[in-house]
Amino acid sequence: MGHRPASQTAGQEAAGHGAEAHAHGGHGAVGHVAPLRALIGTGAALLVLTWLTVAVTRVDLGELNIFVALGVATVKAGLVMLFFMHLRWDRPFNAIVCIGSIAFVALMIAFTILDTAEYQDTINPGDAKAVRETIESLGN
Amino acid sequence: MTTLTPSRPAFAPSNYLTHSRGVLSWAMTLDHKRIGIMYLLGVLGSFLLGGIFALLVRTELIWPGQTIMTADQYNRAFTLHGAIMVFLVIIPSVPAALGNFVLPIMLGAKDVAFPRLNLGSFYLWVLGAVLAVLAMLSGGIDTGWTFYTPYSIEADRQGVIWVASAVFILGFSSIFTGINFIVTIHRLRPQGMTWFRMPLFLWALYATAVIQVLATPVLGITVLLLMVEKVMGIGIFDPSLGGDPVLFQHFFWFYSHPAVYIMILPAMGIVSELISVHSHRHIFGYRFIAFSSVAIAIFGFLVWGHHMFASGQSPLMNALFSMITFSVSIPSAIKVFNWLATMYRGRISLNTPMLYGLSFIFIFTIGGLTGIPLGTLATDIHLHDTYFVVAHFHYVMMGSALIAMIGGMHHWWPKMTGRMYSETAGRIGAIGVFLGFNFTFFPQFMLGSLGMPRRYFDYQAGFSQDLTELFHVYHFLSTLGSYFMALAFFWTAGYLLHSLFRGERAPANPWGGASLEWKCSSPPPHDNFAEQPAVGDCYDYDQIEWDEAAKGYRFRENYTPAAAH
Repeated sequence: MGHRPASQTAGQEAAGHGAEAHAHGGHGAVGHVAPLRALIGTGAALLVLTWLTVAVTRVDLGELNIFVALGVATVKAGLVMLFFMHLRWDRPFNAIVCIGSIAFVALMIAFTILDTAEYQDTINPGDAKAVRETIESLGN
Repeated sequence: MTTLTPSRPAFAPSNYLTHSRGVLSWAMTLDHKRIGIMYLLGVLGSFLLGGIFALLVRTELIWPGQTIMTADQYNRAFTLHGAIMVFLVIIPSVPAALGNFVLPIMLGAKDVAFPRLNLGSFYLWVLGAVLAVLAMLSGGIDTGWTFYTPYSIEADRQGVIWVASAVFILGFSSIFTGINFIVTIHRLRPQGMTWFRMPLFLWALYATAVIQVLATPVLGITVLLLMVEKVMGIGIFDPSLGGDPVLFQHFFWFYSHPAVYIMILPAMGIVSELISVHSHRHIFGYRFIAFSSVAIAIFGFLVWGHHMFASGQSPLMNALFSMITFSVSIPSAIKVFNWLATMYRGRISLNTPMLYGLSFIFIFTIGGLTGIPLGTLATDIHLHDTYFVVAHFHYVMMGSALIAMIGGMHHWWPKMTGRMYSETAGRIGAIGVFLGFNFTFFPQFMLGSLGMPRRYFDYQAGFSQDLTELFHVYHFLSTLGSYFMALAFFWTAGYLLHSLFRGERAPANPWGGASLEWKCSSPPPHDNFAEQPAVGDCYDYDQIEWDEAAKGYRFRENYTPAAAH
């Protein structure tokens, strides 16, 4: 508290008109530098997983194919976020934001799929255009 | 120009309005205050346009049968009214216009965290607004603001593509504002301002920003899928192509229900400020109000299916969504009771912003309570798609969200412009808007419970003679009310414009507020504060005293707060 020049407060440096600073504890303006080995390792893992995605299309697993493909894609996205996007070294708050966002996507898709699965039995199969034409012809 | 007595505060030698001159200094500005003012002008211009279409719609309904336009023109008019009011007026009104102006000053900061993103967001809004209005005026779309499939994907509705593109762009504008506010509140709070020392308006803006960032991308994806379906004929929502129209409603309302909270939450934040400042009393239940904003933001994501009870949604989901919907009433009621408790034993000044604050509490209570029969499955079957729904959401969106926005505009008008408006004229305007509003929309509850469907151009054919006559009485009253409300708004615009040229110069703190924006001059200087201001309890009014010379309030020097609240 107390009066002190605005330019000296921590957050204010990032605030000045247009000035942007990558505020990150202890690493100055550059931000966190990921170890080269971790980056190369992640890159290699992504390549291997891409190969796995392609390879698995040649094996017929029935309905399991889609789950394998999406599972591999999820792992890849996780690696990118953890290492390339520095989530592993970032504040826990950012991990909470990330997990929270995924939870909201899951919520939307889960409720919607639950509903569409529930009302499938009530749908009358058929060509909607034909139904409409029939109704219109009845109207005339 | 008014003559000034020497004791009156003069404008700061250089304020944000005089800091630089010329059109370019506004068009290229990175100053959050100027961007806020430009947003405000855009929003008010859109409000005029949307209001004109509202009056056209009401005039058409004043008599049974065709009055001033054809049925097709009527469909276009209410679509224009709805889309403009939702996307161009209410969503950006409080966060982008007032929030932009006030948020950094309330934090004692120089600007938002990303000033360029802020300007970019404004230009995206302009682009989206121009595209939407041109598309709607040239081709005209008649789908309502909801673009429901399969109606909207029929081949002769090409205008939908353009309006959907505009909505996509406007969505990005909203996301950028949200990101900016989240980062600003996290990073730029001054020393001493903990989360629980922030003004409640900032809590509300924060909760709103979280919804903007989480929900708006879903709207973007939904309108993108709609465009893909229309342009490429891929079956997503169109049943004749194997799509599912109920899926569209799921996607659309996953955004658009939280969007209702994008509209009302910041309005509630304004009301928390208005009630406390103008009652000169510490806000009651600070933490409950703060957490109820966050609770509303979260519950808001779990109730979208209550718009779809009559859409073919499964009984299981209907029951689930109905149950969860009632939970929203808890945090909403917490706020209302806390505002009432704040006023209790306060020294209430019944000036213009306070009258708008009181209007909000009255109207929001009716709007909230009439939501209960709509959230109940059995009664909703009768009331669905009737004027009861129209009245309900106007009580919440217009009577609550917009009235709070206008109240906030009056509250911060001296800060924004450096001028005081006529208090008598302001009170007349506020009472006029309140009466006009209720006069317009209360009869619509009667219409709806009698079965008058919404979006109908006529109420003659298909209804009995008695019912038509009854509908006519209520429509007639409603239309007269809308004219009265329009007059009150023009009156308001008149005295506000008058104050710009003839108004008395505003003191730094005309109302006796204790949050940081009342510590800088009116209008604020370009950099808001030369020194970072000291942060105290922003609802402790013992630190404020009347200053006769300045005709306003001032902060006591060497004030030591009593025991913490």
